[in-house]
Amino acid sequence: MTTNEAALDTVLADLLARHGRDPGRLLQILLDVQARFARVPPEAVPKLAAALCLPIGEVESTVEFYSFLSRTSVGEYRVLFSDNITDRMLGNLTIFDHMAKRLGVRAGEVSDDGLVSLDTTSCTGMCDQGPAILVNGIAVTRMTLRRADQVCELIRSRVPVAEWPADFFRVDHNIRRADMLLAADFTPGSALKAAIGLGRDRFLEEMRISNLRGRGGAGFTTAVKWEAARNAAGDERYIVCNADEGEPGTFKDRVLLQYYPERVFEGMALAAYVIGARHGLLYLRGEYLYLRPRLEEKLTELRALGVLGRSIFGVDDFAFDIEIHMGAGAYVCGEETALIESLEGKAGRPRIRPPFPVTSGYRGRPTVVNNVETLAKVSEIALNGGAWYRGYGTRQSTGTKILSVSGDCARPGIYEYPFGVRISQVLEDCGARRPRAVQISGASGQCLTPREFGRRIAFEDVPTAGALMIFGDHRDMFEVALNFARFFRHESCGFCTPCRVGTTIQAKIMDKIAAGHGTQYEMNELEHLHEVMRTASHCGLGQTAGQAIADTITEFRGDYEKRLARKDFEPAFDLDAALDRARDITGRDDADSRLVDEGWHARETTR
Amino acid sequence: MRHVAPTPPRRKLRVATASLAGCFGCHMSFLDIDERLLDLIDLVEFDRSPITDIKHCGPCDIGIIEGGVCNAENVHVLWELRANCKVLVALGACAVNGGLPAQRNHLDVGRCLTRVYRDRAGAAVPDDPELPLLLDKVRPLNEVVRIDFFIPGCPPSGDAIWKYLTDLISGRMPRLEHPMLHFD
Repeated sequence: MTTNEAALDTVLADLLARHGRDPGRLLQILLDVQARFARVPPEAVPKLAAALCLPIGEVESTVEFYSFLSRTSVGEYRVLFSDNITDRMLGNLTIFDHMAKRLGVRAGEVSDDGLVSLDTTSCTGMCDQGPAILVNGIAVTRMTLRRADQVCELIRSRVPVAEWPADFFRVDHNIRRADMLLAADFTPGSALKAAIGLGRDRFLEEMRISNLRGRGGAGFTTAVKWEAARNAAGDERYIVCNADEGEPGTFKDRVLLQYYPERVFEGMALAAYVIGARHGLLYLRGEYLYLRPRLEEKLTELRALGVLGRSIFGVDDFAFDIEIHMGAGAYVCGEETALIESLEGKAGRPRIRPPFPVTSGYRGRPTVVNNVETLAKVSEIALNGGAWYRGYGTRQSTGTKILSVSGDCARPGIYEYPFGVRISQVLEDCGARRPRAVQISGASGQCLTPREFGRRIAFEDVPTAGALMIFGDHRDMFEVALNFARFFRHESCGFCTPCRVGTTIQAKIMDKIAAGHGTQYEMNELEHLHEVMRTASHCGLGQTAGQAIADTITEFRGDYEKRLARKDFEPAFDLDAALDRARDITGRDDADSRLVDEGWHARETTR
Repeated sequence: MRHVAPTPPRRKLRVATASLAGCFGCHMSFLDIDERLLDLIDLVEFDRSPITDIKHCGPCDIGIIEGGVCNAENVHVLWELRANCKVLVALGACAVNGGLPAQRNHLDVGRCLTRVYRDRAGAAVPDDPELPLLLDKVRPLNEVVRIDFFIPGCPPSGDAIWKYLTDLISGRMPRLEHPMLHFD
């Protein structure tokens, strides 16, 4: 046995013990392995499989699935640039190229000395203070060329990330408009005491009266979900808080978790009280790793206060505690069944529904999965009653909604409005001058143009999970759609064919148009693909993957058409160059060894 | 399969067919329409096709191509049919996706040629100008020219080809329902 292998065995034994040899904690174990070795060594896979009684294939499937896990080393320092369109608009590519040059490393590769690797990743939720990067999983905000130089210097002199200047890691809340949730004072435990005073049934009744709906995007009525989970048969129930805020342009959950964690945790405890759950799980996206230590501290504080623990506030049959699980860079895990798969340590592939999680969720038990914002709101209802809550917002969308505003505006950040606010109002408040378009609810949402700015944010009109990205009149909407197409290609989980193949073809066509080889044919193909993906995909990811493209084609066709070749059709590649290799090997240079397109087969279209 | 005689068009339509990087299986399947060939011949005339042995095609209504694009000659044939046919159809898996020949796509074409020819004693990679040069990758038709219709299958059944052609000739939007696209 080599020393390396001995070291690996020691680390694995320690990790396995720490995680109680629980196969459900496979992903958490793998994340620790990755952090320790800058990769998941191939030798670790069979060892873990044996120790956890899992098939090797399942361990491999998990390793392969998540972006933040890798088989090959990512270097002592792994630098990942957030590559959302808002980061692009803030000039992240210039900084990326600058760092690549200074560190002497190419995109997606590790430097020769194994010191550093540089790559891009999907939106890291720092759109209001970008361009952002992750260094060994920790977010660095407001990158500039100067800061990039400093980062390069720190990496070169091998300064541990923990010793870097604190200012690099400063994440502001940028709360620009606070309403009933963000402006209110809150004493931990008060909401839970109020609910216990009411009793389970009456509190659930208050929830029903409030008509609180899920803030993750789908808008399912929270009380109905809770009631279904409470009434479902099962020996154990779970509360899951979905903090996998992966939708590009969304960062409200990050602010709630950083500045209002007691609200969120107490919301989980309230849900647990109603449905009779003893365990809560917070699924925190990998990009928000920096929040974890503070959240753990908060949990300890809440245990000391008696908000978590046994016989909470004197209720004998009420015991509840919360555990934090980390995600590992997979957008699809925001889908609740994929999230549950991920919590169970597996690759995050959405399950077939029904059964719904309320009857068969985490470990096959009744499970309530709620968004961070939804849970934060629950305490308000416990404190003030459902009727009070209902007084805010609109008929079908009660209460307030937190919007994450980014892009071309003077004051990007967090805005809390009662539901029913007009988009024009939001644009005015954030100082958006001459907006050309607004992308609502991220890459999978809708693209709205100025004539629709009178519409309202509400489930009855423009539903949103919270993102609002603004594009000024100098922006090219094709670039926006291209960014989203690449995002979906990367994030498709690969489970169903329409999405796996569709997102790839879609991105290829967009790249072809970007390179100036597109024609009307590609335009038709894009619309056709969107229809196939929308109707045939297994989950919301594929169903919405073509939405932004369809919207921008409808509204900003000119941005596409100016890139189209004036031809009937053009290949994406150079046909003659495709013969180079064969010409080389045969040494031919006769007329027949050339493919000259005389253009007679593809007449120019007259436009 | 119910035998439906299609509505005859005002004039006989001209049809060209070609096989590129394919195995002729799709053409064989085309012949599987059996006695319906006699109905078809009342409706169409064949231009360039392995059936007629005409080497180059003139203006046609429908072009049917099996096989993907693996060499320079394939490109020329494809260009010729695209220039002459109003409607161009990719017939079968290789034409639609590259199919079996595209399995060489993850290999370097130079290495393939050297392994096959030069590494054997006394041989060299043939450089005869008569031989079409290989493209670095086998491409489906729609990556080289615009394609109007795709008929999947390896091969598509004679019934599917008949249904498609009769729909098109009668002026209906061709549709192949699930049983005709179902191969297991």
